[in-house]
Amino acid sequence: MRSRFGCACGSARPEWRGEIAPMSEYVIRTDGLTRDFRTNRAVSELSIAVPRGTIFGFLGPNGSGKTTTIRMLLGLLEPTAGRAEVLGFDVRTQAAEIRKRSGALLEHHGLYERFRAEDNLDFYARIWGLPAEKRRARIRNLLEKLGLWERRKEFVGRWSRGMKQKLAIARAMLHHPELIFLDEPTAGLDPVAAAALRDDLVELAAREGVSVFLTTHNLTEAEKMCGQVAVIRQGKLLAVGSPDELRSRNGPLRAEIVGRGFGPALEQIRLRPEVMAAAVSNGKLSIDLVSNAEVAPIVAALVAAGAAIEEVRKGAASLEEVFLTLMEEEQR
Amino acid sequence: MTDGGSSTLRDIATVARKEWMEIVLQRASMRAGLLAALGIPLAVLGIWLPAQNGPAWFTSPLTPVLWTWFPIFICATIICDAFAGERERHTLETLLASRLSDTSILFGKLAGAIGYGWGLALAGAVLNVVTVNVVARRGGFVMFPADVAVSIVVLSFLGASLTSAAGVLVSLRAASVRQAQQTLSIAVMAVFFGGGFGLKYVPPQLRRAFVQFVTVGDALSIEVAAAAVLAAVDVALVIAAMARFRRMRLILD
Repeated sequence: MRSRFGCACGSARPEWRGEIAPMSEYVIRTDGLTRDFRTNRAVSELSIAVPRGTIFGFLGPNGSGKTTTIRMLLGLLEPTAGRAEVLGFDVRTQAAEIRKRSGALLEHHGLYERFRAEDNLDFYARIWGLPAEKRRARIRNLLEKLGLWERRKEFVGRWSRGMKQKLAIARAMLHHPELIFLDEPTAGLDPVAAAALRDDLVELAAREGVSVFLTTHNLTEAEKMCGQVAVIRQGKLLAVGSPDELRSRNGPLRAEIVGRGFGPALEQIRLRPEVMAAAVSNGKLSIDLVSNAEVAPIVAALVAAGAAIEEVRKGAASLEEVFLTLMEEEQR
Repeated sequence: MTDGGSSTLRDIATVARKEWMEIVLQRASMRAGLLAALGIPLAVLGIWLPAQNGPAWFTSPLTPVLWTWFPIFICATIICDAFAGERERHTLETLLASRLSDTSILFGKLAGAIGYGWGLALAGAVLNVVTVNVVARRGGFVMFPADVAVSIVVLSFLGASLTSAAGVLVSLRAASVRQAQQTLSIAVMAVFFGGGFGLKYVPPQLRRAFVQFVTVGDALSIEVAAAAVLAAVDVALVIAAMARFRRMRLILD
């Protein structure tokens, strides 16, 4: 029997505070989830809801509590306080049901390096109780999708880290789980291998219809892959929402104008009501704008003041800038 | 048998199968060491001693003792890898995050080690029969008497279980295989030396009765008593391992 939260769940960011949404819409819900290690609080009153069918990014610097959170959600660590449901099951009392229905690529890939690639998958496929025929078909299907079929007879110990991570993702998906946990899957990979793994992962997740809970400190990765992200620092949730929401909520609209001769017009630009700040550096004029501000009148003013303009870019702050802003705010 | 029961048995078999694969696929250097550690006692117990003794080997009181000692020794060389090895190679957490129950993981690992040690002991006993019949052929086919054969089968199983259960218990909390091996060695030495030393403190009457039982008692009674003691210790160790196996503690250790 799947459990239900009876409470109106609190949240550091009240996207769903007071909302009693049916659990079926979410694959994970936590309410004040906390974990202490002696005097150190690793996770502090974490309240999040992960919608079904999304890739949810859990962002934070090293040591911020990401791995501890995954361990609690898998029932491998008992929370000190608070509660959490994964796929409708309580992490304290129904952890076995959660592990039955989810897959995981944890901090380490967990592959048996003395085994061949297909033996690694075969072992876990047996654990998941797949009959022989289905086991063979599923292993072939996943290895082909990930471009590893031709190398299935090779011992995993001889593989590159990128290939091992791909194989570990295949292992996590063997039993068609509803949800997979990925703990920094691209950590330690070179940019090419990381990009390839990301592409494979996004494609596979979409094709299999699986929800993904992904921890990372790679913000570009989160921006490219995740529909929703949560930012955590020292165990505390700082923000949660889609990357676009976080950008608009936490970072100003920004214009960058490349050219020369900005000096005479700079003071005039700073006095404009839609301009929050403006500075010139290395031939580039960076302007922080109030929301919905237009750049065209500013460009016109610059040209009228004698500036020569080569390029104009306008956009919200990157997720990386949002992240850094949140970290600075929290530190203050 | 219930679905849950058959599913647990299937899981235990899956883990045991994986353990055997790991033993077979060990790194070449370790494999060479294991082969030497295995081959020499197997050659001595399986071929050399029966070849020297002929059919008398089948009735020697030493035979069941040696085939009890053999799996104890063999299992001690592999069992420390059970949890400490997985922890060292970072495969333990993924295994614990799977759907396997605590019982399946623990008994799968035990079954892997016991099956290996016991299987080799039985293979060695079969080698005895082949050796005696080939080297010291006197007429028809000769074989262990039934009671000795049963003793070997039972005692070698209990011997394998003894070190496997003790090794699992030690391996559960050890940070590395080496640490587990050191702890197990110390525990074995403590039992042997402590046992000999402790005999001094047993009341003289009881000590005399024990020595008399061992020296003049009939072989079958001694074997039954030894089997009973081994079985009791095995059960105690398995219960202790079950109590000590806590998924959450294993993650933190």
